[in-house]
Amino acid sequence: MRYSPLWECYQNQAKLTEFAGWMLPAQFAGLTPEHQAVRQRAGLFDISHMGQIELQSPHILEDFNPLVPTAITQLKPGQAQYTVLLNSLGGIIDDIIIYTQGEGQIKLIVNAACTEKNRKWLHQHLPRAVIQPTSQALMALQGPDATGILQTLTPVALQTIPRFGHTIVSTKFGHIWVARTGYTGEDGWEIQAEPAVGQALWRELLAQGATPCGLVARDMLRLEAGLHLYGQDMNESSTPLEAGLGWLVAWDKGDFLGRARLITQKNQGVAQKLVGLVGTGRRIFRPGYPVRAQGQTVGHITSGTLSLSLGQPIGLAYVDTPWTALGTPLTVQVREQELPVTVVKRTFYTRTG
Amino acid sequence: MALTYPVELHYTATHEYVALTGDVAVVGITAFAVEELGDITYLELPSVGQTVTRGERFGTIESVKAVSDLYAPVSGVVTAVHEELVDAPETIASDPYGNGWLLKIRLTHPQETEKLLTAADYQAHLGG
Repeated sequence: MRYSPLWECYQNQAKLTEFAGWMLPAQFAGLTPEHQAVRQRAGLFDISHMGQIELQSPHILEDFNPLVPTAITQLKPGQAQYTVLLNSLGGIIDDIIIYTQGEGQIKLIVNAACTEKNRKWLHQHLPRAVIQPTSQALMALQGPDATGILQTLTPVALQTIPRFGHTIVSTKFGHIWVARTGYTGEDGWEIQAEPAVGQALWRELLAQGATPCGLVARDMLRLEAGLHLYGQDMNESSTPLEAGLGWLVAWDKGDFLGRARLITQKNQGVAQKLVGLVGTGRRIFRPGYPVRAQGQTVGHITSGTLSLSLGQPIGLAYVDTPWTALGTPLTVQVREQELPVTVVKRTFYTRTG
Repeated sequence: MALTYPVELHYTATHEYVALTGDVAVVGITAFAVEELGDITYLELPSVGQTVTRGERFGTIESVKAVSDLYAPVSGVVTAVHEELVDAPETIASDPYGNGWLLKIRLTHPQETEKLLTAADYQAHLGG
C-alpha cells in the first residue's frame, strides 16, 4: 500500500479508501458538502497518486508526436494539451495531459493505475529520451474561488494564466508548479510541490477557505462534467472515436500509432459510441447495467451516479450507434426494473461565468 | 466517529437491527451498515400487509457507492412502513436506531428472535 506525501495532513480527518494501490481520502465532511464546496467555492483534493513523468530529449515534442493522435508539436513552454496514448490498433492506453516545460522538456500527468504501464511504453517508444518518474505532492484546488485562494499565496498574477496554462510561482513556503487544469468542470489549479512544501501548502489552502474533498466527490464532479474515467469509460479496446474523443484526432498531422484503424472507423463508422444518459428517480446506473431499446440490449453502463447538480441520475454508456442520437429514448435495466432514460450530451453540467 | 450498538436491540449478521416490543419488531439497519454504505440515495420497502420471511429479501437500499439487499431478521406481517424515508433516504444516516427505522413486523414465529445476535455478538461478528 502506498501513502501520499500529504498523508499526515489528513489521516485523522478523512474516511479512507484504497485506490490503485494507494490509501487515499474517500471523503472528509461528506459528499454533499464537498460537492457543493467545489461547485460554489473551492475544494482541495490530494491527487498525489496520479503518475508524474518527466521526459527530456532535444526534440521531445517531435519524438512524442507519433504516440498521440493530437497535434502537439506547436505547443509552447507553459502550454498543455489533453490527449491519449494509443496502441497500434488505435486502442487507448491512457488519457494524459502533456505539459510543455522548457526546451526539450515535457511533463505528463497520467492515471495512477497506468503509471508503470506508461513508463514501459515510453521507454520502448522513446529510446533516446530521459524518462524520470517523480513523486512530488500533487493537489487540485478547484472551484470558482480557487484562483482567488491560490492568489493569496503568490505575487504572480494568476488571472493572466489561461486554461491549460502552467508555470512555476514563488510562495513563502518555496517554489511550486501550478497548472490551470482539473477534473471537476470548474476553474481551478493542479499544484505540484516538494513533499514538505506540499504539506505546508495543503494546510495553508485550507486556512484560506478551501474545503478538503475526497475521491467520492471527485468522481461525481468529473462525471457531471462529462470527463472520462480511464479503466471504466475507456480502455485499451476503445478508440477515441468510440469514446467520444474524436476531437483529439488531428487527421492532417501525419502518421501516428493507430491512425490506420481510426481512418477505417472514420470512413465506415463505429459500432458503439459512448453517450450520456439522463433518467428520473433516485436509482443509480452502475457499470455493467444493460442499456435496452425495443426489448433488446443495445449497450451497457460504464459510469453512473445520482447527480447532486442536476438532481437526476446520470450515466455514461457504450451504446450501439443506431441508438446514439441526442434525444433517443432508451431504458436502463436496474436490477428488476427497466427505467426510462434519454440520450444527452455527455457534459451534463457546464459551469456558468 | 465511534459507531454505537445499543444493548437493548437485537442484530443480524447482514446488518439489520430489531427492537422488540411484545410481538412487534421494529427493523432498521445498523450504524455499521450506514457507515459502510455512505451517502444513501434510494430505498425500496414492502407494503403494509405483506408477509416477510426470516432471512429473505424484503427490500433494497442503495448509496452512491453500493447496492444492498435488506433481509428480514424475523418472519411476520408488515404492519407499518416508514414511507417518508423513501423520499428522503439520506436521513437514515443521522439516526439509524430512531427516526431511521424502516418497518414494523408483527411476529408470526416469535421463537426466531432467539436466533438474533446480541449487541456483543454483533460487534464480535464485525470484528471477526
